[in-house]
Order: sequence, then structure tokens, then C-alpha cells
Amino acid sequence: MHALSINNLVKVYSNGLRALDGINLHVEEGDFFALLGPNGAGKTTAIGIVTSLVNKTSGEVEVFGHNLDHDLAGAKSCLGVVPQELNLNQYDRLDNIVTNQAGFYGIGRRQARRRAQECLEQLQLWDRRAEIARNLSGGMKRRLMIARALVHRPRLLILDEPTAGVDIEIRRSMWDFLRAINEQGTTIILTTHYLEEAENLCRHVAIIDNGRIVAHDRMTSLLMKLHHEVFVLNTRDPVVALPVLEDFNVSLLNERELQVEITRSHDLNSLFRVLSAAGIHVVSMRNKANRLEEAFFRLTERREAAGDELPARARAS
Amino acid sequence: MNFEAQMISLWTLSLKEVQRVLRIWVQTILPPAITMTLYFLIFGTLIGRRIGQMSGFDYMEYIAPGLIMMSVITNSYGNVVSSFFSAKYNRHLEEMLVSPMPNWTIVLGHVIGGMVRGLLVGLVVSVVALFFTRLPVNNIFITLSVLVLTSAVFSLGGLLNAIFARKFDDVSIIPSFVLAPLTYLGGVFYSVSLLPEFAQKLSMLNPILYMVNAFRYGMLGVSDINIGLAYLIILAFLAGLFALSMLLIQRGVGIRD
Repeated sequence: MHALSINNLVKVYSNGLRALDGINLHVEEGDFFALLGPNGAGKTTAIGIVTSLVNKTSGEVEVFGHNLDHDLAGAKSCLGVVPQELNLNQYDRLDNIVTNQAGFYGIGRRQARRRAQECLEQLQLWDRRAEIARNLSGGMKRRLMIARALVHRPRLLILDEPTAGVDIEIRRSMWDFLRAINEQGTTIILTTHYLEEAENLCRHVAIIDNGRIVAHDRMTSLLMKLHHEVFVLNTRDPVVALPVLEDFNVSLLNERELQVEITRSHDLNSLFRVLSAAGIHVVSMRNKANRLEEAFFRLTERREAAGDELPARARAS
Repeated sequence: MNFEAQMISLWTLSLKEVQRVLRIWVQTILPPAITMTLYFLIFGTLIGRRIGQMSGFDYMEYIAPGLIMMSVITNSYGNVVSSFFSAKYNRHLEEMLVSPMPNWTIVLGHVIGGMVRGLLVGLVVSVVALFFTRLPVNNIFITLSVLVLTSAVFSLGGLLNAIFARKFDDVSIIPSFVLAPLTYLGGVFYSVSLLPEFAQKLSMLNPILYMVNAFRYGMLGVSDINIGLAYLIILAFLAGLFALSMLLIQRGVGIRD
């Protein structure tokens, strides 16, 4: 069964902006799915429609078979959402926020309190339950929003940039937590600007650009479509003269760093053989850019605009 | 979502709203008590003595029901407009919008919050009034029913204001430029029989006049208007505003993109 099924979804805002131009998207039950795209591509609009915070112009959306037009409450019951922007009542206590959310889903007060405790403990917030949300750090507020989204045990969890502005330690612990709840059966849809996050966590990916889906595939299949990769090699000794390597595009970044572009028709062994023959000993290497990032830029045709310099973190924003 | 689950969601929202009123009682309950004490002190004790009697009652006794009703109206309205708009502005209204709770529970939950604050303030003002005058009750059913229904009407009014409001200024425009004039001209401080004929006819277009007078009738047994007509108008407003609120929430006006 599809956890989420979107057919010909169109959204035209009142100012004439066509945010979604007939997208089709299908997410299998149990999947960990990445929905990627540059700012303004339509990701948040699509999520807004699925969560009923945005009215669609046309098209069909089903959540676990519940059509949004005919069984909105059924669809909503299956959904948990962590929005991009903080939407907490800053002056309410943590335990009240999570308990009330359970109540909005029809869970009785006693059970709601138990569930709230479970979720807050899972997200390491139970000790701060009596504080108001305003007193929390940015990372804690994100975790609180995840706890709130999970309290009614949704079958489909939608996370819109859940780790934005969160430090690396908390981000890694959130990854572990999300992996665990996915393994327990919760389908997860993730949008993120950290493409290494999507590559690490997700099994399927869709890339949306200008309101259209430009790629929709397994993560591994999408990465296989990359025709070449760029590596940065660190050499043991300074490189005085750039060797001539016929099958590889090589440039010297500095005296101990070479940049090599390698196509799928060649392998790294042949590269190392050639370098070794030229008296260059490689001590370490890394991808110049994350592989998904490469795919992302190619599919959204932003590489030229972004220039050749790609930072270690994704440049999707 | 079955009916029991719907009732749980309504209870949750109502409890949340009531807890908010009680949590910030210094903002919600105390100020109207102080304001009304000043009204009783200035209009009742100082000026009222010179006015003498109105419709057969001491002036202080005559204005007490109007002042109670005025505080119920402004606080019911103010509570919902402030609570709903801040939830919309700070986006935690989305907690309700993404959940399967039906629209009627969202409307009713906020209205209950407004009514609880309005009636609590009404009770506090009544206690304050007892320090200055006596509060007879001519008909307990009319007194309580008009109080509760009026509180519900203005809670719905506050909700509609909050639905349409886009910025904080929009929240204060209606209370300042519509609600306050209608309340002050709604027979709180005087009997419309004192007005010239033209002004009397104009006053009959003011719905608050009916609410204040019906409540005063419940307490003192005197009124400038027909009580049956007053109930009809209050119930018509109640039904109309509830239907409009439901329609707007259903369409997502002001709350969904």
C-alpha cells in the first residue's frame, strides 16, 4: 500500500504563482523517503497540502488510502508533521503541549499523559517537562516538535527540515532516532537541505524543481546515474609538475592536493596506477562534493549558476 | 474520528483555553475588576448621587447590570480574539489544523474559553458591585440565560475578528471603533426613554441594547425593550455567527494558504 499517493497535484497561489505544476509522487509504506529541491521549488507547498494547511488548486492526495477530499479526518489521523518553522506555543509547558496534541487526536487525558511522557523521554526532554517552550534551545524545540508529532503514533511522519539550525551532535542523535522509528514501521518523508542527511537516511528520493518532479527513484539508482565524480587527493610529497593523465581530468589545487574528475568508464585502480607511475603517492582522498549533491545540482541545473566550488555541505539552499 | 474522540478533542481545547485564562489571570481577570471598581466609584458613587433615580432604582443599582454585561461582552470578545489570533500568528493553531478534530470543536472550544473568561469576569464584577449596591434578581432564568448567550455571541464575534485579522492592529480595530461605541450607547448608563425620539429609534438598531436590557430585566425587572424580541435577536446572532465561523474555518479563510 502507498503511504502517500499524489496525483496531478497543482497549486496556484492567489498572486498567480504556480507552486506545483501537476506533480505525481508515490511513497511506499515503511519507506524512508527524501523530498528534495531548492528553495521555492514547491516542497513545503506539497507538504502543506498533504497536511491540509494549504488548499490545493486541483489534483488528488491519498494518505494510506484516505482521500483528502473524501476522508480528511482519516488521512489526518495517519499523519504526523514536523514543520519547517517553529510552531510551538512558546508560553506553554512542554508536557501540556504534547498532551494537548494527543487530545486533539481524540486520545483520552490519562493515556495522553502517558504517551506524552514516553515521547518526551524518547527525545530526552522529560526532565524539562515543566518548563515553557520558550526556555528551550533551538535543538530542543525541534525535538519537542518531533515528540509532539509522534504522540498519536502516526503511520506517516513528515519532517520538513527537522535538523535545520541544529548542531551536528544533536543532528546525529536525531538521525539515530528517526532510523529507529522507521525500523519500527513508521513511514518517513524528509525534506532537508543537508543532502548528506538524505543520502544517509533515505531509501527513495524525489527531487522537485519549479513545481515539477525532476527525479523520482531509489537513492542508489539515482546516485548510479552520476556519470562522473570529482575527488580531491592528498599527496605525500609536494607535486612539482602536474602529470599528464590522458583519461582523467586533473588539476592542481595546491602543492599537496590534486583534483581528479573520473568518469564511470574508469576505475580508481587505474588512476592510482597512473599516479604511482608518475611518482605521486596518495595518502588520503575524499569526494569533492557529496554524491547526492552532485546529482541534485545536475538535475536542478544549478551547477553552472553555483560555479565549480561546492562546499562540503549541500548548496541546495 | 468517532463522537467520543471528537468530545475528547473539544474537552482538550476547552481545558487549554480555560487554563490560559487562569494562568494569566493578572491580564484576564484583574484589570476588568479594577476598571469596574472605578466605574462604580465615579459614575455610581460620585456622579450617581446627583443623578438620583432611574426607572425607579438608584442610579448605582440601575447601572450595575449594564456594567456587568459590559464586562462580560468585552472580555468574552477579547479572550477569543487574542487567543485565536496569537495561535494563528505564532502558528501553533496548526496543532489543531493538522489534527482530525472537526471544525465545530475548534469553534466551540475557543467559544467556551471566551465564555469562561467572560462569565468569570462577570462574577468578579458582580462581587465588586456588591460593595457599592445591592443586586436583586427578578428572574434567575432570564438573568443567567441572557448572560450565557450574550457571552457566546461575543466569543463568536471575537473568533471572527481573529479569523480575518492579519496583524495585531486588526485585533484592536473592532473593539475600539465598533464594540466600545455600541456598548456605551447600548443603555449601560441610561434608559433609552431619556433620548429624543430619533435617537431612540436609532438605538433600536443596536443589538447590545437588547442584551443589556434583557439582562437588566432579569435582575431589576425593568427594560426599554421587549424581552421576547431580545431573545430572538440574541439567538439569531448566535446562529448566524456560528454558521459564519464554521463556513470560514471550513474554507480556511485567514488560516490556510
